[in-house]
Amino acid sequence: MKAARLSVIAGIAVVGLALAGCSGGSGGSSGSSGDDSRGPITYVQGKDNSNVVRPLIDKWNKAHPKEKVTFKEQSDNADQQHDDLVQHFQAKDSGYDVVDVDVIWTAEFAAKGWLQPLTGKYKMDNSKLLKPTVATATYNGTQYAAPQTSDGGLLYYRTDLFPTPPKTWDEMMSDCATAKAAGVGCYAGQFAKYEGLTVNVSEAINTAGGSVVGKDGKTPTLGTPEAKKGLSRLVDAFKDGNIPAEAITYQEEQGRQAFEAGKLAFLNNWAYVYNLAKTDGSSVVKDKFAIAPLPGDGGPGASTLGGHNAAISTYSKHKATAFDFVKFLQSAETQKFFVTQGSLSPVLASLYDDAALNAKFGYLKTLKTSIENAVPRPVSPFYPAVTKAIQDNSYAALKGSMSVDDALKNMSDAIKTAGSGS
Amino acid sequence: MSAPEIVEPAARAPKPPVRASAKKVKRGERRVALYLIAPTIVLLAIVIGYPVVSAIIMSFQKDAGLDSATGMFVQGGFAGFSNYAHWLFQQCATTGGGTAACPPGNLGSQFWNATFVTFFFTVVTVVLETVLGMWMAFIMNRTFKGRGLVRAAILVPWAIPTAVTAKLWFFIFSVSGIANAMLNTQILWTSDEWASRFAIIIADTWKTTPFMALLILAGLQLIPEEVYEAAKVDGATTFQRFWRVTLPLVKPALMVAVLFRILDALRIYDLPAILTGGGGGTGNATTTLSILVVDQIRQGFNSASALSTITFLIIFIVAFIFVRFLGANVVRTQESQQKGKL
Repeated sequence: MKAARLSVIAGIAVVGLALAGCSGGSGGSSGSSGDDSRGPITYVQGKDNSNVVRPLIDKWNKAHPKEKVTFKEQSDNADQQHDDLVQHFQAKDSGYDVVDVDVIWTAEFAAKGWLQPLTGKYKMDNSKLLKPTVATATYNGTQYAAPQTSDGGLLYYRTDLFPTPPKTWDEMMSDCATAKAAGVGCYAGQFAKYEGLTVNVSEAINTAGGSVVGKDGKTPTLGTPEAKKGLSRLVDAFKDGNIPAEAITYQEEQGRQAFEAGKLAFLNNWAYVYNLAKTDGSSVVKDKFAIAPLPGDGGPGASTLGGHNAAISTYSKHKATAFDFVKFLQSAETQKFFVTQGSLSPVLASLYDDAALNAKFGYLKTLKTSIENAVPRPVSPFYPAVTKAIQDNSYAALKGSMSVDDALKNMSDAIKTAGSGS
Repeated sequence: MSAPEIVEPAARAPKPPVRASAKKVKRGERRVALYLIAPTIVLLAIVIGYPVVSAIIMSFQKDAGLDSATGMFVQGGFAGFSNYAHWLFQQCATTGGGTAACPPGNLGSQFWNATFVTFFFTVVTVVLETVLGMWMAFIMNRTFKGRGLVRAAILVPWAIPTAVTAKLWFFIFSVSGIANAMLNTQILWTSDEWASRFAIIIADTWKTTPFMALLILAGLQLIPEEVYEAAKVDGATTFQRFWRVTLPLVKPALMVAVLFRILDALRIYDLPAILTGGGGGTGNATTTLSILVVDQIRQGFNSASALSTITFLIIFIVAFIFVRFLGANVVRTQESQQKGKL
């Protein structure tokens, strides 16, 4: 009997110890270790849908048999990728050496101290890159990641209705009469309440000369006439029907389908739409559309930047290898492969002027203009709260249930509370 | 209360020849029972107790804030009840260090709205599902040709994963979807305030009514045919037979079914998350408490822990009221049904 009781107690104790072991974490790995060491590393990225990463890693491994890269593939859901990275960083996992981070997560990870600052011996050469892409990888004046792929908004327009694209927002709004006369909706972007709305609203505000947050990434700067002008443009366009009412439900795909079905004269969307609209069997506008930079205030509009950055984990044990691999991802050959194999938008400026590439990917030249004039989304460690503040209030304004002034004021207040704890 | 009843048959089984040793044997068996239960208790403590306790502890911690000098995150420290005040009284920290009412766009301002939405969904869907479920159960309980087919057909929606159901209705309710085409309307089902709420209610009712029907059917099948025959002989009308015979006899099963559905509906997440993304109206017409918790997790674990604790308490209180005052008794029903007590 006594033995049996002891064994139960022992059993509970073992479980308790196991729990303590779990919560204790590995510890011991200090942030600065592994600075110069080389060895096998792991590269972490979301689902490799068009088989871009594996051939690249095979190529690298052939050239570096002692510093092999293993590919850890995450799911294709952005939220899951984010949470997976957070969990591994929190556990100080040295198994995640180089990670692919969405431009909007870079500041958060940097402020948590999870990303190796790219300074000193890790300094990257940014001279050949498109300038705005570097801004997405920079937090508090320090570069924490290397731009890997980019993306910008393009204006898709119907050439059968308009021989030349509108250069400014006002021009486009006056073109809407022609579109309406032809029985098609005028303009649409992404206005459903999700990340795409943040993209479109900040585009409108930046294009009008305003900004969402200041240089520190947390002080809202929405109390300006420019910001008001930007948001008002979208609100007014909804009011007078220049943006069709159903566009309030559009994400990227619904907008693309409406444009391909010939229901829209102008569409603001990412570069991926170009090849699909040219080749889709269901597309009725195959030979009837072209692209232009987003309409602005005189010059091209300020697109919002998409894309991903490659970063080195603070907990990596082989940072020298990791740094070389990051440089490899930014090399001309790799960047070209991103375009040809994955239809991704490169960060190297020269590729956008490559004649051979342009022949196959007709959108590159216009995309370059778009990205050159692009503005990153707020580089804030509290990005989820910032984007929520923008989405909730601008959505209410677009629906007409909140005035533009109130929406901007609430946005400012909500962004302020985001930066000051709960 | 029921503990002695469970032990009783086991204790009775081996008839000890001498009365004196019976007590000893019983004690020994109790100990064995304890050892047999111990692994379960430990397991429950790990998988249920630990997360609940750790969530409660986290809910009293501040979320990490930025060190203004370095721009790096620092631990927030002890928060007291400020995380709870944040949700219940919509108080947000300001840059000056004080608190102010949360502005729209901050998740804190959405708590009461989300509570209303959650309870609204719960009340409407449970009522609809109970009425429709009972009707379906009566149909399935009849004997007619092709009954197996009807039973299978009714159960199909329940067998489809919720995520698939949500996506299915998402396409049905899209602007150019079949719902608008058939009704010949231009309703923005996923975007209008009440249209989006009803879209979710329709989808949820479609999906979970079979569950209700199944549980009620199980209750109906326990009612012996003779009771109805006796009622008929006594000259009871159809309505009287339903009201005085069927309903009281099916009540225990019905109450359990309704309780399950209420608990389920109070934590509804997947259907609105996929169908409307919590949107509609001015953007939050279908944001339920669970959706709010998940949104908050991305902005700070500790505050999210406070919210999930609040949600847990709300559901617990509702369940308690239901069991205590409305007589839904999950544990005892089966026993008392077997004994014929109702």
